[in-house]
Amino acid sequence: MNAPINPPKLHDCRDAFATTLERLATENEKIVAVCNDSVGSSKLGGFKSKFPERLVNVGIAEQNMVGVGAGLANGGRLPFVCAAAPFLTGRSLEQIKADISYSNANVKLVGISSGMAYGELGPTHHSIEDFAWTRVLPNLPVIAPCDRIETAAAVAWAATYDGPCFLRLSRVGVPDLLPEGHKFELGKANLLRQGSDITLIANGTLTHRILKAAEILAERGVSARVLNLATVRPIDEEAIIAAARETGAIVTAEEHSIFGGLGSAVAEVVVDNAPVPMKRLGVPGVYAPTGSAEFLLDEFGMAPSAIADAAQALIKRK
Amino acid sequence: MDTTELERIAREIRLRDLQAVFEAGAGHIGGEMSVIDILTALYFRVLNVWPDQPKHPDRDRFVLSKGHTACALYVTLAKRGFIPEEEISTFLQPHSRLNGHPNCNKVPGVETNTGPLGHGLPVAVGMAKAAKLSGAKFHTYVVTGDGEMQEGSNWEAIMAAAQFKLDNLTLVIDHNRFQQGAALAETNDLAPLRPKLEAFDWEVTEINGNTMSEIVPALEHRGTRPHCIVAHTNKGHGISFMQDRVDWHHKVPSKEQYEIALAELSEAL
Repeated sequence: MNAPINPPKLHDCRDAFATTLERLATENEKIVAVCNDSVGSSKLGGFKSKFPERLVNVGIAEQNMVGVGAGLANGGRLPFVCAAAPFLTGRSLEQIKADISYSNANVKLVGISSGMAYGELGPTHHSIEDFAWTRVLPNLPVIAPCDRIETAAAVAWAATYDGPCFLRLSRVGVPDLLPEGHKFELGKANLLRQGSDITLIANGTLTHRILKAAEILAERGVSARVLNLATVRPIDEEAIIAAARETGAIVTAEEHSIFGGLGSAVAEVVVDNAPVPMKRLGVPGVYAPTGSAEFLLDEFGMAPSAIADAAQALIKRK
Repeated sequence: MDTTELERIAREIRLRDLQAVFEAGAGHIGGEMSVIDILTALYFRVLNVWPDQPKHPDRDRFVLSKGHTACALYVTLAKRGFIPEEEISTFLQPHSRLNGHPNCNKVPGVETNTGPLGHGLPVAVGMAKAAKLSGAKFHTYVVTGDGEMQEGSNWEAIMAAAQFKLDNLTLVIDHNRFQQGAALAETNDLAPLRPKLEAFDWEVTEINGNTMSEIVPALEHRGTRPHCIVAHTNKGHGISFMQDRVDWHHKVPSKEQYEIALAELSEAL
């Protein structure tokens, strides 16, 4: 397969989040946005100008921000609590556990600039632990959309879902992958490419990279299945078990630590149901060096060609 | 309901709480005794709540942020008709919904799950803000322990409440001067609390938090700013040998001590 002559247009998924939230807020007066001085980085400027009263900015105080979200939900509002993912999850994890997950508060947590989106700002600003921290919490769907279309669909879904969830968004540009009008289904993987020799699974900013890896593999005579697994919890066990049984090997790739994230979640399903060789690509349990998000993904072995290499090495272990 | 009647109910709640802690072999009796007068005033005089409609949108909100004193809340809720009074005997038993800390998805009348300290006030700020956004008339009350005010999240919420001008929010600090391991004064002494809250632009009232005639008007007060009631209380109030003794934070009385406490509280009835 030849590479496209013109590289695809890349989109910042925050824009899809913001425009969808504004549209939903126009239709539903209960929707409020809660943030921690992150109006700009959460792209809430438009929301603020349209609904100034409904933007609850608590200042730089994330524990209070999440608690306030729970209280707003108790008082009949529909809060989207938006902040940079490392601070939303890490700083206020106990609030997410007790006030949101355990209390089952109808709060939508929106982690912006997740993964290593703040590349050069360093590991304090990287959010490569958030899948691990959130996916152990009951009542809390964990979702990382792969493009602007899935982001808009997931935000629209969240507004109608009666319960909390964690939406993990990035600011790193990604191409369109899913068809316009795609509807988000909780816990359902999207089959992006059929294949029989191996399965590549990713979400968020990695999905387009594994698709490219599958194209490279095809050129090398390897048939790779590609699954976009936006929902890390509840996970699509059926699609994973089918992938294990039908292709016999699975590579996962994520903008997250390899400990406790998407790869771990897939491995849990595989080990319990259909053990096959696996390779988990991600940040290998280290603090990242200085560099942009794209540089760091390449650095940690997630350039499409490196993913293809890892897949071929894994196939040899089948 | 007048203060004499409220005082009688508070004594009954103390007695039932003591029995429940003794029978369960666990609880946080010191802080329960200190907060029971405040809970009684709230549930039998101040709060607009309807036990048969615990999720009524217009209900006043109450958050017990010092969730470890859940037993006192359960006894109060039972007496007010939210749960059966006989259910109190299941406190801490396997599969009882009366856990050591209150669960809003199991116990009607509980608004949010508390237990880890410093959670209730931020949630209460959200509740009060929700009322402001929707124009609802309900009032939000939250009770924290004084030791709990050492949690930084409370001060984040205090700042936000002032910024949002939440005149529909009342914070009661159960100021019994003791935390789990020692007196506040020996640990991280926040006293005096009044100037600290006033510096954050809250209105502050100081009361004797075990005196009903002071509790009720303070809770019913309405002003133009968020209101903090610094309720000076006694840990273990009502039981002579527990009073102001740090070791009664979560100690369980022996059979002999139980009989003495029972006699003291019964006499007061």
